[in-house]
Amino acid sequence: MTVDSSAARKRSAAGKAGTTGSKAGSAGTESGATGASAKRTTSTTRAPRAARAGAKKGAEPELVQLLTPEGKRVKNAEYDSYVAGITPEDLRGLYRDMVLTRRFDAEATALQRQGELGLWASLLGQEAAQIGSGRATRADDYVFPTYREHGVAWCRGVDPTNLLGMFRGVNNGGWDPNSNNFHLYTIVIGSQTLHATGYAMGVAKDGADSAVIAYFGDGASSQGDVAESFTFSAVYNAPVVFFCQNNQWAISEPTEKQTRVPLYQRAQGYGFPGVRVDGNDVLACLAVTRWALERARNGEGPTLVEAFTYRMGAHTTSDDPSRYRGDEERQAWEAKDPILRLRRHLEASNHADEGFFEELEAESEALGKRVREAVRAMPDPDHFAIFENVYADGHALVDEERAQFAAYQASFADAEGGH
Amino acid sequence: MAEKMAMAKAINESLRRALEADPKVLVMGEDVGKLGGVFRVTDGLQKDFGDSRIIDTPLAESGIVGAAIGLALRGYRPVVEIQFDGFVFPAYDQIVTQLAKMHARSLGKVKMPVVVRIPYGGGIGAVEHHSESPEALFAHVAGLKVVSPSNASDAYWMMQQAIQSDDPVIYFEPKRRYWDKAEVDSEAIPAPLHKAQVVREGTDLTLAAYGPMVKLCQEVAAAAAEEGKSLEVLDLRSVSPLDFDVIQTSVEKTRRLVVVHEAPVFFGSGGEIAARITERCFYHLEAPVLRVGGYHAPYPPARLEEEYLPDLDRVLDAVDRSLAY
Repeated sequence: MTVDSSAARKRSAAGKAGTTGSKAGSAGTESGATGASAKRTTSTTRAPRAARAGAKKGAEPELVQLLTPEGKRVKNAEYDSYVAGITPEDLRGLYRDMVLTRRFDAEATALQRQGELGLWASLLGQEAAQIGSGRATRADDYVFPTYREHGVAWCRGVDPTNLLGMFRGVNNGGWDPNSNNFHLYTIVIGSQTLHATGYAMGVAKDGADSAVIAYFGDGASSQGDVAESFTFSAVYNAPVVFFCQNNQWAISEPTEKQTRVPLYQRAQGYGFPGVRVDGNDVLACLAVTRWALERARNGEGPTLVEAFTYRMGAHTTSDDPSRYRGDEERQAWEAKDPILRLRRHLEASNHADEGFFEELEAESEALGKRVREAVRAMPDPDHFAIFENVYADGHALVDEERAQFAAYQASFADAEGGH
Repeated sequence: MAEKMAMAKAINESLRRALEADPKVLVMGEDVGKLGGVFRVTDGLQKDFGDSRIIDTPLAESGIVGAAIGLALRGYRPVVEIQFDGFVFPAYDQIVTQLAKMHARSLGKVKMPVVVRIPYGGGIGAVEHHSESPEALFAHVAGLKVVSPSNASDAYWMMQQAIQSDDPVIYFEPKRRYWDKAEVDSEAIPAPLHKAQVVREGTDLTLAAYGPMVKLCQEVAAAAAEEGKSLEVLDLRSVSPLDFDVIQTSVEKTRRLVVVHEAPVFFGSGGEIAARITERCFYHLEAPVLRVGGYHAPYPPARLEEEYLPDLDRVLDAVDRSLAY
């Protein structure tokens, strides 16, 4: 971990100069599981302008941006303080995260093409949104992903090979969600936003100052569950951040088929702030998510972050984007590539030398190799796995059918033995 | 301590006991707090346990169940109320795609101790969506357990057991029996949650039912006894898993089986019982397993529900048909 929460915690202890008024609420609460209920009482984290104001009619809403596509650092009075302590090493770490995540993703796509995976949902183009937000989380926060959050999983310390089991067809999950506070991938669109809300209600009941973050896409924003999660989180003031990666396309349907208003503005109707951030700007995503998580920790309830980004590839490997969108659109977004822009910034500010990039290239190749080998070595599950973990307390019918299955399997062995 | 009480009160007492015993138990739903639920099943709980444990929710069933899943992931044991049977469908997605599968999906790492209470069934003259019996839709889904008490004592104990279960339990409350009283012994040793009971012994035919139809079947057996017929009555109590052993034992004795439920017969739990009992008891049966239940039609308006619901005569008619083989 390069840019972890320690910077935010240090700032927290020092009063977080420049962001808010009184911040006594979150000072010194980094372990935070007990005795923190009083810390949920203050409501002081000011909603930045972009979050408070709706866009003018006809104008594109403003994006929070700290790094231009050319890699130039731009000032932002509202959010600069959330990345004030960032070091060149931190920046290199963010870059490394994005490069390795992209390499992992490319390897998985290739493995699908080679028949090693049944399906893959690529995150190509969304690295900044995922790494920026993922690195803003603290170890005790809880993450509820959809099925494309490979970069967030990376930030949470989930071994990337664990993500491939469900796509290879050997399981429907593949990791213990409580090991890294990273929930299993949810395939039904938007369902996990309610799980995040309920979990966050539990966090608040426990008096902890952890926060919860739920990922979903622009397509999921049309789902009733997402609307219900906004309602529930608002009325219970749940410490949850809704992180919508608006990658412009829900399979073949553009965002205009989901909404007539910019998505972040939906939050206003539920009574909490929404903000649109440049989803290809890792620094801005880091800053805005830190702000939103801090609001959650301070007892100020939910926030909607819309990361405005682009899915460079297909929805999944089953999809053919050439049927519904033109090359020029992708080319326009390639110019805003999240990795390229941070590289430009690192080079222009002399924060990274050629050796760093070469080393990273070698590390990427090693990761690709490791993933490839791990997938090919992944064993098929035991036949009896069908009957395992259907129930925690057991079930007579499952027991009966397992026994029938065993007898049926054994009948083949007997037949073979008879020859 | 044995005390005579109505089923609604027994469930209330049971929730109270669970709330006292475990601070992680929560009650959630529409109107469960100040109002005490539309049937007053949660009456007085919010006053005693506070609004952070007895949680009035927005009117959003998917939200209720989805948030309960999140609370369970955090270590809580939510008991959620769906106000009426026909309102569970907005939550059906969360129950089927998430609640039922989370344990398997996590390879056993995650447990889902969530109870979904659903007042169900007809006979109270209600409007559309307030009288349905959708238990088969839930029993069909692996990962869910489905139970339905028929009397106050079972309602009390089965709720305790459902809350203690690490699996999601869909707890169907027969609303027309809410006001029926029975002796509830809070110090008794209860039967296991998924064990069927013989509630009346007989030798000529077995009647199998659960929830609201158990009382009817006992009335049928009493009426049949006047005609010199000896009917055995089973209270199945659990729809998933179903206790086929108790049914088999009874059918091997009586050689005839009639299954009674309010839900439509077509693809209902009676069909499953008939098929399995035919497999298990083929050489014992003197007649095909017969079913009495609702028709393949939307639950009718209240003025027609007496025609739709199984009653004494319809069940007796099935008994006669079975005995005529």
